[in-house]
Amino acid sequence: MDVKQYAGKDYDVIVVGAGHAGCEAALAAARMGNETLLVTINLEMVAFMPCNPSIGGPAKGIVVRELDALGGEMGRNIDKTYVQMRMLNTGKGPAVRALRAQADKRAYSIEMKHTLEKEPNLTLRQGIVDDLIVEDGVVKGVITNTGARYGAKSVVLTTGTAARGKIIIGELMYSSGPNNTQPSMKLSGNLEKLGFELKRFKTGTPPRVDGNTIEYNATEEQPGDKEPNHFSFETSDDDYLDAKDQLSCWLTYTNEKTHELIRANLDRAPMFSGVIEGVGPRYCPSIEDKIVRFADKPRHQLFIEPEGRNTDEFYVQGLSTSMPEEIQQQMVHSIKGLEHAEMMRPGYAIEYDIVSPYQLRPTLETKLVSGLYTAGQTNGTSGYEEAAGQGMLAGINAGRHALGKEEVVLKRSDAYIGVMVDDLVTKGTNEPYRLLTSRAEYRLILRHDNADMRLTELGHEIGLISDERYTKFEAKKAAIEAEKKRLESYRIKPNDQVNEFLAEKGAAPLKDGVLASDFLRRPEVTYAKLTRFIPEATEKIDNRVIEQVEIQIKYEGYIKKANQKVEKLKKMEAKKIPDRIDYSAIEGIATEARQKFEKIRPETLAQASRISGVNPADISILAIYIEQGKIAKI
Amino acid sequence: MAASTITEYDTIAAISTPPGEGAISIVRLSGDEALQIAKNVFSGKDLTKVKSHTINYGHIINPRTKQEIDEVMVSVMKAPKTFTREDVVEINCHGGIVATNEILQLLLSNGARLAEPGEFTKRAFLHGRIDLSQAEAVMDLIRAKTDKSMKVALNQLDGNLSHLIRNLRQDILDVLAQVEVNIDYPEYDDVEEMTTKLLKEKAQDTKKRIKQLLQTAKQGKVLREGLATAIIGKPNVGKSSLLNHLLHEDKAIVTDVAGTTRDVIEEYVNVRGVPLKLVDTAGIRETSDKVEKIGVERSKKAIEQADLVMLVLNQSEPLTAEDQQLIKLTENKKRIVLLNKVDLPSKIDFTQLTEKIGKDELLSVSVLKNEGIDKLEEKIAKLFFGGIENSQTTIMVTNARHIGLLNQAKDSLDAVLSGIEANMPVDLIQIDMTNCWDLLGEITGDSYQDELLTQLFSQFCLGK
Repeated sequence: MDVKQYAGKDYDVIVVGAGHAGCEAALAAARMGNETLLVTINLEMVAFMPCNPSIGGPAKGIVVRELDALGGEMGRNIDKTYVQMRMLNTGKGPAVRALRAQADKRAYSIEMKHTLEKEPNLTLRQGIVDDLIVEDGVVKGVITNTGARYGAKSVVLTTGTAARGKIIIGELMYSSGPNNTQPSMKLSGNLEKLGFELKRFKTGTPPRVDGNTIEYNATEEQPGDKEPNHFSFETSDDDYLDAKDQLSCWLTYTNEKTHELIRANLDRAPMFSGVIEGVGPRYCPSIEDKIVRFADKPRHQLFIEPEGRNTDEFYVQGLSTSMPEEIQQQMVHSIKGLEHAEMMRPGYAIEYDIVSPYQLRPTLETKLVSGLYTAGQTNGTSGYEEAAGQGMLAGINAGRHALGKEEVVLKRSDAYIGVMVDDLVTKGTNEPYRLLTSRAEYRLILRHDNADMRLTELGHEIGLISDERYTKFEAKKAAIEAEKKRLESYRIKPNDQVNEFLAEKGAAPLKDGVLASDFLRRPEVTYAKLTRFIPEATEKIDNRVIEQVEIQIKYEGYIKKANQKVEKLKKMEAKKIPDRIDYSAIEGIATEARQKFEKIRPETLAQASRISGVNPADISILAIYIEQGKIAKI
Repeated sequence: MAASTITEYDTIAAISTPPGEGAISIVRLSGDEALQIAKNVFSGKDLTKVKSHTINYGHIINPRTKQEIDEVMVSVMKAPKTFTREDVVEINCHGGIVATNEILQLLLSNGARLAEPGEFTKRAFLHGRIDLSQAEAVMDLIRAKTDKSMKVALNQLDGNLSHLIRNLRQDILDVLAQVEVNIDYPEYDDVEEMTTKLLKEKAQDTKKRIKQLLQTAKQGKVLREGLATAIIGKPNVGKSSLLNHLLHEDKAIVTDVAGTTRDVIEEYVNVRGVPLKLVDTAGIRETSDKVEKIGVERSKKAIEQADLVMLVLNQSEPLTAEDQQLIKLTENKKRIVLLNKVDLPSKIDFTQLTEKIGKDELLSVSVLKNEGIDKLEEKIAKLFFGGIENSQTTIMVTNARHIGLLNQAKDSLDAVLSGIEANMPVDLIQIDMTNCWDLLGEITGDSYQDELLTQLFSQFCLGK
């Protein structure tokens, strides 16, 4: 019997799904002043982490900082709930340093849920969205499985792995969302009816084990950092957890025995028996995949990570698998330190639907339905941070759409979020997309330390950064400039103290006086060391200010070069392509380029030039055609 | 990475006068960096500081070698009152295809990009400078020339060259992938940390290989412009006959009316595919009474200009002091010593001769009887092509765009090395390494960032 529909309330913005994308989207929309509804299948699963209990790392950690600078929640939330903090790549340059936290999964979820509950314009509701209300290509609302019809000016879909999700463990296969929750079975079909092209992707998780049954002595301890660091620019270093209060991770390895077990049972591995149709990511392969593809590697690293503070469950990172439960148990027991470990949950693979991202605009609005946005795994990405970053952008644009304001696009030179969204909508993806620092051509500019410098202004303009925080930010900026100016005007004289220091470092002594800023450029000099040779600043300088001064001076040459490239790019980004352009009317464009233009419908010349298979001559002809159109109109 | 596809705002350069031996040729530059690039290769006033719409006298100098290339007048026109509405610089040089090409080459090596067909006009249009009908003409031009120029480009890209460049890129890619793995997977223990020491070795090795390639550009130049060849010897030794003989080999070029048009066309002969540009043909033809006076001095000059020297000796006479002097003067040159007049009895002292001349340099001929000329031609061809083979590769870089890109690639390797010198972190040094990889990719036409990711994931077992 059909469920009888009833008229629910009208909202400005409705967000479907309360994972990492949905939470950011709903909070952004609500905080901008929109009456917002967040519908999710299971309220116990808000901001749930079905995979690793960690946030951050290379590229991803930078996204969290970017979110924070825009007024997002992920940074603050992890700062409140981490159990371990580590700065990675400390031996390398400033562009690639990366912060990573181990999270208390439950605490993270509860904290985020509470934040959502406290938000005045935001309503949190359990339910499954089965269909969209669309009139003349414009979204009007959603219909839930319980029959409610909610109206909305914009809708954001963040369905994650729930979209026709299917869990696979060996020969066992069943419809399910993440972690055995209810899947969303109807929405996908209705999206297809609207004309959307969907694809099947696959991801997976490893088994979890009981911490009381682990031999920790047989593994290597990986403790957290003593030096304080946080994701949010608002969190004070005073709030940093003492190293002794942080939880450790534990490193162990697979071995030949593990590999043999897997090889002997490959016929039961869904990855190889043809059961799994979805495309899995190259960078997050299952252990069976690793052993087949890298047959000569004698061992693979495994990190045993705590799932939280009030639990003894541990996550075996590196052992992602969809082998039958029986084999998984044997695999776990073959590993040093886990010989007697009790498996609490088996690993599983999960297949789900995605919306091919070429169907999106750089605002994350769908090209087919006005006012409809998609974000997160729905768009073919993988990872909490990637999801949150898109959720933020989709939420901002959905919110602004509802308010009748101009949309926001992040450029590749603005943020990793911009790199990711541009990659998705311009190049599409054939596997779950993960951010890597190597995807960014301007990574020296897209650092984690300067995310606030890059994006706070925008966050404030949108209305997600408070005036108070903005004033603080401006003060920080002024302090950086003042200190740089001071170093550029003070001359260090070649005295014994300086030359003794240089001799100690094996560097040549000073002969003439040198500007403090030039002295700082020497590889052996740090800001801390420099302060010995210059007068004390009149006011105490914050560590975050020092960090900026040091990086900006030391790497000035490289930063300048990168900025020149960015300036060039910006000119091309400014060349808009009219949305009603008829590519079939442009003579002389190569067929391949024409087809791609029609499919992707780039919005700027810069985006057009990034489409693979498009050559510079096609771009030239397109540029002239557009310019011609302008003349013709006059 | 995608950065290399941003071409719309490059500074572009091209020769804007018709090819040939006009009195004056113009090399034009347009774009934001036009003034800066011109300044870098110009000795005279600082072109970035001169007033707009001025003409400035000076010389074009190769900033790397400090070698002077030509005496020029440079017009500086600043945006927006220019043809393209960008900064425009026009270098008026003395013409001659060689100097003009060299100037263009220099601009390309210093950051300009070779303009596409119709690109100056295209820019003028995009900046609102010309009207619709002109714009349509430009589109037609681009359309028509795209296919053609792509074909030409493909032809220019010799299979061996692209193979070699791809190898170079693959080597760089291996390095980059390793750097990237260290960054994106800092805890991955299976890969050696890419240290600056390793990076330095790679950069030096790559630079060496690029330099070798650039050296072949010189040989390529010889192919285009001819191998400068001097025929020397004392009077009456048979130089003139030899010249005639060689000229007669190429009936297409030669005219029977010697002395009238000789300076224009008679200089060039084609010997078995080797273009010889004969130096000082007039000197060879001069009557003997004058030669005594200028003799050796004149030969000296000819030898200096020559890549190849043919020294003619008369084997029917003993060596004279003048012969000895000429042997000495040509010692360090690529030379062929011809023992002419083998049809007459030999009076020359062979022991004395072979002390100073390598055996493979010697060749006995009789120009009069047409004996040994075949062998001479063979020797010339072998000297030329054989020399190239000996330098380990038959690959030759001849295309101005390629040479420009290779020079820039070399520069970015220098930046890598100076970054290492300054103790910069690996991930910053890697920026210049990536730049080098991109530039080489522009030669072969592959510049996709996906290559790096593919390399990353096929080379290393990464992930959770």
